[in-house]
Amino acid sequence: MAHASATEAHAHEHATQEHHGPQGILKYLWSTDHKVIAMQYLFTGMFMAMVGGFMAYVFRMQLAFPGKSVPLFGYVSPGEYNALITGHGSIMIFWVAMPVLIAAFGNYLIPLMIGADDMVFPRINRLSYQIFLLSVLVILSSLFVKGGGFGGAWTSYPPLSANADYNLTPLGSSMWLVAVALEFVAFLLGGINFITTLMNARAPGMKAYDIPMVPWMIVIASILFMLSVGPLFAGAIMLFFDQNLGTGFFDPTRGGDPVLWQHLFWFFGHPEVYVVLLPAVGIVIDIVATFARKKLFGYKTLLYTAVATGVLSFFVWAHHQFIAGIDPRMANIFTVTTLLISVPIAEMCFVIIATLYGGDIRLKVPMLWALAFVGEFLIGGVTGIFLGASGADAYLHETYFVLAHFHYTFFPIAIIGTFAGFTYWFPKMFGRMMNETLGKIHFWGTIIPFNFIFIPLFVLGLDGQQRRIYNFQNFPELQHLQPVRILATISLVVMLFFQLFFFWNVIRSWRKGPKAEKNPWKSNTLEWTTESPPPHGNWPVDEMPKVYRGPYEYNHPDREEDYWPQNLPA
Amino acid sequence: MHKPIATTRSATGIPTGRLAVWWVLASEIVIFGGLLASYVMHRIGHPEWAVAASHTNTWIGATNTFVLLTSSFTAVLAHQAAEHGDGKTAAKYLLMTIGGAATFITIKSFEWAHEIREGFTITANGFWSFYYTAAGLHALHVIAGAVVMAFIARDAMKGRELHRVELVGIYWHFVDVIWIFLFPLLYIAK
Repeated sequence: MAHASATEAHAHEHATQEHHGPQGILKYLWSTDHKVIAMQYLFTGMFMAMVGGFMAYVFRMQLAFPGKSVPLFGYVSPGEYNALITGHGSIMIFWVAMPVLIAAFGNYLIPLMIGADDMVFPRINRLSYQIFLLSVLVILSSLFVKGGGFGGAWTSYPPLSANADYNLTPLGSSMWLVAVALEFVAFLLGGINFITTLMNARAPGMKAYDIPMVPWMIVIASILFMLSVGPLFAGAIMLFFDQNLGTGFFDPTRGGDPVLWQHLFWFFGHPEVYVVLLPAVGIVIDIVATFARKKLFGYKTLLYTAVATGVLSFFVWAHHQFIAGIDPRMANIFTVTTLLISVPIAEMCFVIIATLYGGDIRLKVPMLWALAFVGEFLIGGVTGIFLGASGADAYLHETYFVLAHFHYTFFPIAIIGTFAGFTYWFPKMFGRMMNETLGKIHFWGTIIPFNFIFIPLFVLGLDGQQRRIYNFQNFPELQHLQPVRILATISLVVMLFFQLFFFWNVIRSWRKGPKAEKNPWKSNTLEWTTESPPPHGNWPVDEMPKVYRGPYEYNHPDREEDYWPQNLPA
Repeated sequence: MHKPIATTRSATGIPTGRLAVWWVLASEIVIFGGLLASYVMHRIGHPEWAVAASHTNTWIGATNTFVLLTSSFTAVLAHQAAEHGDGKTAAKYLLMTIGGAATFITIKSFEWAHEIREGFTITANGFWSFYYTAAGLHALHVIAGAVVMAFIARDAMKGRELHRVELVGIYWHFVDVIWIFLFPLLYIAK
């Protein structure tokens, strides 16, 4: 504490560029610096997003033009199709949304936003990434082993997943399971770090309600993850034994119960939605307050709402099992809890809208992404009501309506939320400003095709098109919908094409974008009080920031400037 | 590696290490909680598992319970010594705790070897699957705790990092508590 209390926190001119630990390339592979680990997670996650995106491209091409050779891939066999949809789902959730939204932003932003020089356990942090990297290697190599990658969907329902005689991927399915379990371990280690860092390592003066929303949300998400993943971890061990030792936990032919896996999976699987949603909401909130130049409407409301969402999310899981043979009386209860959880989520949207109301709105690229998040996520939320009601779900379950619904939630979370955060903190991370024009081209080139992919899929679902079908030409009653499938596929290709603008923008800005000052967006939070990019240790040891007020004091009546950094003495 | 400023801060007043151990335990509780809840649901649904369960040896289970509880007691004595800054005594008690862990694992090995010879393997039926999975996962925790304790005892011997004696003690009590749940569920309920 002696260090911290001796600090005087105001903008300083000379950053100390001292580095500790290994130098050169080892510095990046073996660093314990939270910012380096964040970058490792970020770039690994982005690489996996490209893998997952490519998978989507291949199976969408197969659906639109069945039996034709897909450019850059070739003919898609039914087994490969299953492996592709499984890989796409698993990778996008476990190896894109989680590492980018929680690990990358969490690692980068939590210490910076609470005025600390690093995580409280830097070496555990490094171990977390190393285990995560191992899980990446396992899941990627599982696609190339004998029998091919696991094809039983990201939910991995037994008995299909439990018995190699059914799934025909003896190695692939076990490797999938091992990779997922390793990923859980990585995020448990990371999560413990996030939680303890936020609890204990805050800058002097930073009280609970002075913490910006991003650290709060990532930590609430980490707690949710930690409390929900345990049963699935136990389930993964049981399923692994079923696959490799011949036990019968989930295989009915050996006395097991396949629905037990569904309970264990969804007890984690549904809170998991909120695990990735909350960090995205935190990012959006920070961006909206900054670019509306207005105090966040209802800080405490939002915080309590997030906690309420977290608590409720443990009581909704069985809405994934309405047609799995659960007791209809049970289905009623889970319908009620599921519809209830839309209340706090709606409240979050209202908080954002109320913050925008009367604000001095600046439509910079990060703000565009943040606003798009609200609009698109709303569609995902509203269509969720249909699925949460057990009556409607009986009809819609396992159709493309479900698929379109959760892509309208996950895409805003994992893709739009990430782009919002990335474009907002890019100046801090890399010390350069991004190009606004390229950014806007990329924004519209992503958002418009996105809607043209998934609104058609709602239509297909309502017309009764089932999920996880290799070739719809074999279903005469669904053949007339082929133009809709082609529209969705072409929109996907267009959207993927526009991602080139993003990569172009990143590389171009990184190399020769205008230099970013400390606080290019005139924001209040602490990460903007240090250099861009911040040096090792974030602030010089004798200039660690102190906190005097909450993070969202924009346009305060007592001040000439429209922002009031958290570290300025009153 | 030098310690970051962050590690030395304590906004809650609780030492960071202790805070982290409690969160580790929280995540472990849900892992075992999920496994045991699955077992209990199955057990209720399969009254015939009582026949399989009657083949477990309650006396061996009780002996192991006694061994593990005793080792928890020495872990407390190690903590007390560490509080007084007596690293050597703390290390001595930690070694006794490791001895308890070793005894527990040895007894368990003989028990399992006997049961497997009798034909009660992990695939024999659902009860035995849960029996070996739950007790095996617990045994892994016993081994992991003993290994960590060995490192902490080595440091404590030299009077270093004495606060870690308490942390591993908290973990060790948790391992104990898990066994307190496993013993009645796997051995006594027949």
